[in-house]
Amino acid sequence: MTADLHLWLIPLLPFAGFLINGIQGSRLPKRTVTTVALLAPLASFSMVLYAAAAANSFPYDETCPLPWINAGLLHIDFSFVLDQLSLVMLLVVTGVGFLIHVYSVGYMDDDKGYARYFSYLNLFLFFMTVLVLAGNALLMFVGWEGVGLASYLLIGFYFQKKSAADAGKKAFIVNRIGDFGFLIGMFLLVDKFGTLNFGEIGDLLNANPAWQGGVLTVIALCLMLGAAGKSAQLPLYIWLPDAMEGPTPVSALIHAATMVTAGVYMVARTHVLFDHSPFALGVVATVGAITAIFAATIAVVQNDIKRVLAYSTISQLGYMFLACGVAAYSAAIFHLMTHAFFKALLFLAAGSVIHSLGGEQDLRKMGGLWRKLPITFAVTTVGILAIAGIFPFAGFYSKDAILYAAFLQQPYGKILWFVGLVTALLTAFYMFRLWYMAFLGEPRSPQGHVHECPWSMRGPLLILAFLSLCGGWIGVLRFGSYLAPSVGAHGTETTSSVLSPLFPLPWEIILSTLAILAALEGWLIADKYYRRNPARPAQLAADLPTGYKLLVNKYYIDEFYNAVIVKPLLAISKYVLEWVVDIGLLGGAAWLLGGIATFAGAILQRWQSGNLRSYAAWLAAGAAAVLLFLLVPWATVLASLPAIHLGIAGH
Amino acid sequence: MNSLLTQEVPLSWYLLLSAILFSLGVVGFLIKRNLITVFMSIELMLNGVNLSFVTFAHQWHAVKGQIFVFFVMMVAAAEAAVGLAIIIAVFRARTTLAVDRIDRMKL
Repeated sequence: MTADLHLWLIPLLPFAGFLINGIQGSRLPKRTVTTVALLAPLASFSMVLYAAAAANSFPYDETCPLPWINAGLLHIDFSFVLDQLSLVMLLVVTGVGFLIHVYSVGYMDDDKGYARYFSYLNLFLFFMTVLVLAGNALLMFVGWEGVGLASYLLIGFYFQKKSAADAGKKAFIVNRIGDFGFLIGMFLLVDKFGTLNFGEIGDLLNANPAWQGGVLTVIALCLMLGAAGKSAQLPLYIWLPDAMEGPTPVSALIHAATMVTAGVYMVARTHVLFDHSPFALGVVATVGAITAIFAATIAVVQNDIKRVLAYSTISQLGYMFLACGVAAYSAAIFHLMTHAFFKALLFLAAGSVIHSLGGEQDLRKMGGLWRKLPITFAVTTVGILAIAGIFPFAGFYSKDAILYAAFLQQPYGKILWFVGLVTALLTAFYMFRLWYMAFLGEPRSPQGHVHECPWSMRGPLLILAFLSLCGGWIGVLRFGSYLAPSVGAHGTETTSSVLSPLFPLPWEIILSTLAILAALEGWLIADKYYRRNPARPAQLAADLPTGYKLLVNKYYIDEFYNAVIVKPLLAISKYVLEWVVDIGLLGGAAWLLGGIATFAGAILQRWQSGNLRSYAAWLAAGAAAVLLFLLVPWATVLASLPAIHLGIAGH
Repeated sequence: MNSLLTQEVPLSWYLLLSAILFSLGVVGFLIKRNLITVFMSIELMLNGVNLSFVTFAHQWHAVKGQIFVFFVMMVAAAEAAVGLAIIIAVFRARTTLAVDRIDRMKL
């Protein structure tokens, strides 16, 4: 039996940091704010490490003694679960989270909202760790909504800027659509299983292996909708590029490394449901593959350094869903981890570039930065090699695992694999394009005094660069078997390990070679277009105006949604809800009630004349009425009435 | 000699007088404009009631009714003191004692 691990401390420490900095931050000295903000994630990270070392049996459950919801047969507790899956995720969240906190100290140094920024970051870590540790779907949903809130707050961090405030709202509203799916999925789970506990659902399903499809498909698809919202998959990816309005470390932490991967994590967490529904798995794989290539093509023509990375994130998330869809959950989590390393690195490096250039994000105005920012250049190069999947960087291993798993899947695996391969080529192309445009060549605009960032920013960059280089080595050959107790020994992941280095499985080597060749081809194309012949891209764009326009305008998806969903919704809101319902029905009812009261008051107020004599007269009249009532022998009078009546009727 | 002076006055006459006094008070209260007259009408009503109290006390040979009359007189005296003070205050504030013009709580 494992000793008490105090898992509850992992989320609660950042929450304490949020409370301190959120309530008192603006009055505390900056040094204290920094200390609190950095200690919270560091302590969390230490707790995770301690838990990892102390736990000797997985999964380890920890349930709050106080019940949360007790309604009839449904019992929901605050329960935390630590297993291989949540442990990996926690290490990524708190580890990368801590590095980004450190980086933020330098990046946000001269910002007025320093304390507010860090309190939000801590709040995010709180909710993210709740999400990861949650032992049931409802607690996960709490974390899920909470990270959405933190994301909203941080995207709209520069809320004076309209575009930032709008981007925050867009992210929140689009996520709401996904959350709707998650909620419906949960209701169905309660209805079908009577529990939301992941472990119990897994046991129930494992006890009935014959149970396939049907309502399980519906549940899985609902959950997938939630995951697509959070992880920016088609058709709900539109919020992520706009989310780049937030500070760059936020983009690194929330919109690249951790929060957006929550959808992948959720699918892996509920994988038993997906395993019982081949159709849902097919949908996940298709959505992932289409998103991967779709976003990659958009990234090719973006000129904002952060937007390139944003679309690249969407594309890489598509990879992870592709892996989930072919039931290679461990490959998905592996890629999630390496992606967290290299994408956080790339974002932070981009932040360093933007910081050095005083806020310039346009790639076309950069160039030649490698001489002025040698460290940033070096770490970016590592990140780009990693994301492009060049051997032996981290991205190579995870991407290779995904492509291999896709290749072996039946019956559409080959198509998925091919899409993934093309995406890998595109990924290498747009990343090296960024590389050439930002760092190589000659400066394309006066850059003034460009200086390398402070050490608080350089440190995390170097550590992440190291992880992007070596992060894949820890996972190769053993990641699948390590995660197997959590996500099951699915598909090909366990068999994909090379049996003997001297006698490798031929297919795997061939596929890896193809993947590397695709990446190198992408590099070559980028080299050809952006180094040797910088005029080529513009010329190509001029030759293919339709295609170029389509890509630059991101396939007009935003415009499409605007016309098909937003505009009609606004029209309905204005004409039906505002005019008919609000002003007409609700306002009318209110006016009617008020009118009745006013009308009655107008009549009754004559009674309350304020005239003493009228009151006295009413009093006297009342007394007279009482006298009349008491003195007149009503019984006799009434008894005689029918007689009179009858007498009249008799005539 | 069976004159009016030697004969005992019947009780009903007292009650009738009491009712007349009370009604005069009510009518005075209702039709008079001057606050002081209104006040006097109230006294008239009280005294009309007092008379009926005394009458019934005499009829039933009970002293309770007479004691009640003393209470009423005492309260009426106190009421007169307070009431007149209020009337003076009202006159100072509004320079009128016409009840139909004093129809608002606030000044």
